[in-house]
Amino acid sequence: MTSQTLAQASNVAVYGAMVVLTLAMVAFAADLALGSGRVRAAEAARSVSVRRRAAATPASDSVVDDRSAVAVATPPGPALGERDDERWGRIGISLTALAWLLLTVALVARGLAAGRPPWGNMYEFVLAGSWWTLTVFGFLLVRGRRVGHLGGVIAGAALVALGVAVVQFYVPAADLVPALKSTWLWIHVSAATLAAGVFTVGTAATVMFLLADRYERRSLTSTTGGVRDALARRLPSSQSLDRTAYRAYAFAFPLWFFVLVSGAIWAEDAWGRYWGWDPKETWSFVTLVIFAAYLHARATAGWRGRSAALIALVGFVAFVFNFVGVNIFFSGFHSYAGL
Amino acid sequence: MAADLDPFATDAPIRPPSLGAVGAARWVWRQLTSMRVALILLFLLAVAAVPGSVFPQRGVSPLKVQDFFTNDPTLARVLDSLSMFDVYAAPWFAAIYLLLTVSLVGCIVPRVRAHWRAVRSLPPPAPRNLHRLPVHRSATVDAADPQAVVAAVATSLTKRRFRVRTSEDGLSLAAEKGYLRESGNLVFHVSLLLLLVGLGVSALLGYKGTVVVVEGQGFSNTLSQYDTFQPGRRFDESMLAPFSFRLDALDASYLTDGPRRGQPSAFAADVTVTDSPGAAEVPVQISVNHPLGVDGSKVFLLGTGYAPRFTVRDGNGDVVFSGAVPTLPQDAAFTSTGVVKVPDAQPDQLAFQVRFTPTAPSQVDPLLGPASTFPEDDAPRVYLGAWTGDLGLDDGVAQNIYALETADLEQLGNRALDPGESWQLAGGQGSITFDGVSEFGNFQVARDPGRFWVLVGAVGAIAGVVVSLTVRRRRVWVRVTPDETGRTLVTGAGLARTEDSGLAAEVDQVVALAVAEVAPAGEEQR
Repeated sequence: MTSQTLAQASNVAVYGAMVVLTLAMVAFAADLALGSGRVRAAEAARSVSVRRRAAATPASDSVVDDRSAVAVATPPGPALGERDDERWGRIGISLTALAWLLLTVALVARGLAAGRPPWGNMYEFVLAGSWWTLTVFGFLLVRGRRVGHLGGVIAGAALVALGVAVVQFYVPAADLVPALKSTWLWIHVSAATLAAGVFTVGTAATVMFLLADRYERRSLTSTTGGVRDALARRLPSSQSLDRTAYRAYAFAFPLWFFVLVSGAIWAEDAWGRYWGWDPKETWSFVTLVIFAAYLHARATAGWRGRSAALIALVGFVAFVFNFVGVNIFFSGFHSYAGL
Repeated sequence: MAADLDPFATDAPIRPPSLGAVGAARWVWRQLTSMRVALILLFLLAVAAVPGSVFPQRGVSPLKVQDFFTNDPTLARVLDSLSMFDVYAAPWFAAIYLLLTVSLVGCIVPRVRAHWRAVRSLPPPAPRNLHRLPVHRSATVDAADPQAVVAAVATSLTKRRFRVRTSEDGLSLAAEKGYLRESGNLVFHVSLLLLLVGLGVSALLGYKGTVVVVEGQGFSNTLSQYDTFQPGRRFDESMLAPFSFRLDALDASYLTDGPRRGQPSAFAADVTVTDSPGAAEVPVQISVNHPLGVDGSKVFLLGTGYAPRFTVRDGNGDVVFSGAVPTLPQDAAFTSTGVVKVPDAQPDQLAFQVRFTPTAPSQVDPLLGPASTFPEDDAPRVYLGAWTGDLGLDDGVAQNIYALETADLEQLGNRALDPGESWQLAGGQGSITFDGVSEFGNFQVARDPGRFWVLVGAVGAIAGVVVSLTVRRRRVWVRVTPDETGRTLVTGAGLARTEDSGLAAEVDQVVALAVAEVAPAGEEQR
């Protein structure tokens, strides 16, 4: 196959992945709306968590205590997709797996077409970042983590990202500028795309956490109602979602630190300085500092839960802005979009 | 009444007690080293870094700052008074990171001390009521020797890297593992300090300079040779390593077809380096991503450009200028501009504005002027504007070598020349010949004595934070006691200091271990 055929095959695969992700999103939505069986299981777990929360004093250790108590009191329920009434969840997961396969094809074809790693410009970065998002999600599912209810947000995020990439960032497959020709492209940028995937999964969990947390607080005063609470009723306990988010961020933080350091080492070779407050560097630093604040908040009495989750959301906004906004609004060394 | 409690009480009305200088200082210190203030400072740092990406920075793009001042002088002055063009050198930015550093030191010093003690001490003995702990299990098994069971569990836990303390009566044990978590945490924060120290050393003792070198010409590392130079605050000229190099050839290539035609695909400089005067000459290649390291300094190739060569004769027919003139690239196809200044020309000084196109266009846009169509020098041409008069070079005021101040000059006309062609100026003012084209490299020479420590700090920080976020610190207690019916009660409990979903499984395992020690088929109950 010529490189042009390959590039076209890659584009077709991306469109295919977007169609499949749309269907997956519908299936996950149906699962949240119709998955009645899990509501009861979730209700049982939450009743413990709510009771604990009501009894909890503001003392710093209480959260650690009732988390462990939940671990003891709640027998491990079935993972999403294991039960008959979770057909929609299973369909969503299968469709997501198919979208993952199509994205894999798109990336490989793109890489072969350009004769280099397929993450040399913004369009390719989005492909790789979306691929990692689905990969991390699938990895957690395979490892038996109960993250199925994040599927809708994750499929939606990947769909939006790919849509923006296709419409706004698309450039034909081509060779790289000299500064990008380096082993560090493999290391620095692939770590950054992996971080994009992990941050996205963590943020999906944070969004769901905020829904579940709101629902749990409102159910203490019996004022639940509305779409958000209807969604939240089918979610696992806020503590379990908070833990999923924390795990993702705890993995992403050192990774993001590594992205900065590897980028600095590369920048010294390519541009003659390891740190120069280039807009991309600045916003990477801002993202790192916000997630550092998140980790500290999570270890500080009075900042756990909602406050920490909001900090993480701000961090994700900074991360997305660093990727999209910095390349579009500011000029700097990282202007590789080719737009 | 108050007098009973406070020997220093007076008759004055009751006020909140004054802290005094020491008390106030202690209060400030407590606040500064608290997690809450650290959080706020982290936020401030994130927010304070942002304007540096919004406004042009003097240290990065001084020309854009000048443009800003030209376009909107009022706003520029306001922003400048807030250090918005030097964000990362601004006093308020420094205040934030200095406070954060103090907070960091104030946090880690006591924690290092506490951790040092914890690492050298044994875990606290088992509490009386293990079932009051958040995670606990118990099992009743056949009669057994409690001490032997505890000893066996202790051995097994020690093998699994727990630190174990068996009680004096031998009936219970306390075990703890995961001390590395706090070690990693402390390594992370100490490494950040190291990184800051490295940055500080570089800011004091480092330097960075740029120099344009034309093919065939050389550079020796002395202050006068640099085009721009940024010394550290304690820089001394004797810190310049005595190396020199000659630029033998520059090789730049560009994509010749496809959608990105004209995009550079590679550029490299072949140079001959001499470490110190009289030392052996070594040929090396410098390219993007492959700088040259020499005697603690690094030489980077930042970019390339074209230097057309000219010979200028004055009105008397004497050669008053001969050589290559570097021109600044204006676009991706290397349409470049520069100036030839000939102050030695007689009877009047001469100057030429140069517009150079490596691949000349077939048609010249009447508004925008000639623009190159490809970056390679396939069909080079220069477009010259000749001027005569007093160039003002004797005033002692520094001039931009790439720009010509034409206010006091008289124009002699314009002409396009291909290589080898000459132009006889009107009025017998002389002539100029376009001899050919050389390339030049724009090199940066930098010495950064702190960068090793910056790297060590960065790597240490990553290693530290990975350890501190993956290792779990947990305590486990086991008590084995004979009960009234003559059987044996095994109780286990666990406590995690942080996020630990595996704690319950760990306690299960420890109790199972004890049970298995007594009787493989023993009766169990929760």
